[in-house]
Amino acid sequence: MNLEKVLFGFFIVLAATLNFGFFIGEIDRPELHNVYELFAAIVVSLIATVLKFGDRTQIGAVHLSTSLVADLQLIAAAVTWAVAVHVTGSGMTPEITASVVSLSGGALFANVISVVILIVETVMLRR
Amino acid sequence: MNSVFFLVLRRMRAPLIALIVAYAVSVLGMSLVPGVNADGTPAPSMSIFHAFYFISYTATTIGFGEIPTAFSEAQRMWATVCIYLTVITWSYMILTILALVQDKAFQQTLVASRFARRVKHLRAPFYVICGCGETGSLICRTLDTLGHDFVIVEKDEYRVQELDLEDFKTDIPTLTADASLPANLLVAGLRHPKCRGVLALTNNEECNLAVAITVRLLNPQVPVLARARTPLVAGNMASFGTDHIINGYERFAEYLALAVSEPEDFRLVEILTGLPGTPLPEVHRPPHGHWIVCGYGSFGKAVIRHLAPMGITSTVVDPDEDGPPTSRSLRGLGTEASTLIDAGIMEARGIVAASDDDINNLSIAMTAKELNPNVFVVTRQNQSANGVLFDTFDADFRMVPTRIVAQECIAILATPLLARFLAGIRNTDETWSKAVSSRVEAICDGLVPVVWDVRIEKTAAPAACEAMKKGLRFCVGDLMRDNANRDERFPAMVLMIERAGKDIVLPDDDFLLESGDALLLAGQHRVRPALELTMQNMHALEYVLTGNDAQGGWLWRWLFAPQSKTAAH
Repeated sequence: MNLEKVLFGFFIVLAATLNFGFFIGEIDRPELHNVYELFAAIVVSLIATVLKFGDRTQIGAVHLSTSLVADLQLIAAAVTWAVAVHVTGSGMTPEITASVVSLSGGALFANVISVVILIVETVMLRR
Repeated sequence: MNSVFFLVLRRMRAPLIALIVAYAVSVLGMSLVPGVNADGTPAPSMSIFHAFYFISYTATTIGFGEIPTAFSEAQRMWATVCIYLTVITWSYMILTILALVQDKAFQQTLVASRFARRVKHLRAPFYVICGCGETGSLICRTLDTLGHDFVIVEKDEYRVQELDLEDFKTDIPTLTADASLPANLLVAGLRHPKCRGVLALTNNEECNLAVAITVRLLNPQVPVLARARTPLVAGNMASFGTDHIINGYERFAEYLALAVSEPEDFRLVEILTGLPGTPLPEVHRPPHGHWIVCGYGSFGKAVIRHLAPMGITSTVVDPDEDGPPTSRSLRGLGTEASTLIDAGIMEARGIVAASDDDINNLSIAMTAKELNPNVFVVTRQNQSANGVLFDTFDADFRMVPTRIVAQECIAILATPLLARFLAGIRNTDETWSKAVSSRVEAICDGLVPVVWDVRIEKTAAPAACEAMKKGLRFCVGDLMRDNANRDERFPAMVLMIERAGKDIVLPDDDFLLESGDALLLAGQHRVRPALELTMQNMHALEYVLTGNDAQGGWLWRWLFAPQSKTAAH
């Protein structure tokens, strides 16, 4: 029972689930997408990225790259949200909500790949 | 570089996660704690965006102030918690970075990867020198003077730091590692296309043996010169085909025997194989007769073995009473007068202080000189630190193992033609050698001359080749004119010309040169680049041959005005 592997798996799955939780719901209704969930998704995604540092294998490299993609998309979603609400003052119109949610959808896809890689790695170990 | 990057990332994981968590908790808190309006009524909390902005400039200790409006007390309370949390986390991260940078293992990785990168980017032919003690440094300095590139692999850290103080012409890539490990040799460029040779010069012959085997196996085309101390290891090295095995003791003993039997030949060999730029050695004339050898180690054995065929009988003085069956052996160090008298110092013609302790050797030499002032004293100096003592004592012949090995290596590396010339010397008579030595000494101003070779072919001597293609012939004397003032000669001479496998020794001044000739020259250091200029630059060559100091357009004049060519001769 390897504590390091437990933590590693925990954060990767948590990142994917939080992301999914934010994504789910109609794409153009802002009240269905909670900003705190986006916040949590970003934080856990960053932590998961840092955990993937320093692995020199090919699988490790792909893992890290999917995490970076997910981070990028989520941060883009957060920035879009902040610009819409604070900078331009237009508030969360359906169009902007759709942009935010679709960006998080992209991040979700990367997170799913990450989870798949995790499963494949685990199965390969066979123990 | 990759491994360094990954190392940094791994070490930084904990601080980075701590930082992310601290930020997350602070921002979340700030976005939940209710604010207050200017008139005291409660207001909703900050948005996540504003919270993030606030925490950013608070954590980095910039501190703009409370935005967008003054904080409520609850917000201020939470802000205090945030400040301590985030600032401490930032400090933790900075300290981790500092500790990482100072970590020895990290620095080693950094240095090693930098070294590997520099070796990979080497574009000129280079030598790999394993072991940079006294011998190694002598060779490095000479190679540097001759303009060759090299890479150093040395085990001792302090030695490597001392190398930094040496004044080399270029920055030499140096690796602190054990050369007997194949991985280190590979990183130092064993399989690099421009690797020209490997020199195994460490103090440990087993290590040299390992280096030789590694080179033979991993890259057989690269020549390897290895230093051996005992005949056993030398035989071992020869068995798998080491290109050159250098045994300082054997070589010195050979020279000593040559000096006894053919002193003029020996003098010429000495002048030509010395380390360039050092003062000319004085003339040695060891006598025939009976000799005493103090110390029967590898050196003592080699000396007796080489002197015996010259008809020199010997008595051995050894602490273990060791000795060859053909000589009388005495027990003792040789440092006391009684032992020496017993050994026959009064009738002996020469004495060799061959032990491995410098002070003993000096003592033996001084005692011998006191007892018999006419005896020829040969001393062995083991450490260069004692050089000043040996300089002052001024024995008739001083053997410094490191210097001999260095000279041998340089002779092999720098000029292969020299080996042929030296082999030819053995077949000549004494008067010839004496004449040549005087000529060389005359041009060399008291210092050992530089000996180099140059071939008249397209890359090394383009102008000369061009001229020959046009049908112009010039002779040795022409080439030896100083290209600054053609009425003077360079302080150098042509020792030998190799043409299609045949050697022409000491050509006359009017010997005509042909394309493809290889010339062996000896002269002062400044002549080499100057001669290169003559051979490579059309204007210089034209000036030297005809005396015309023309600018552009001379090519046409030269081609279409053949009468000016012969006029200057």
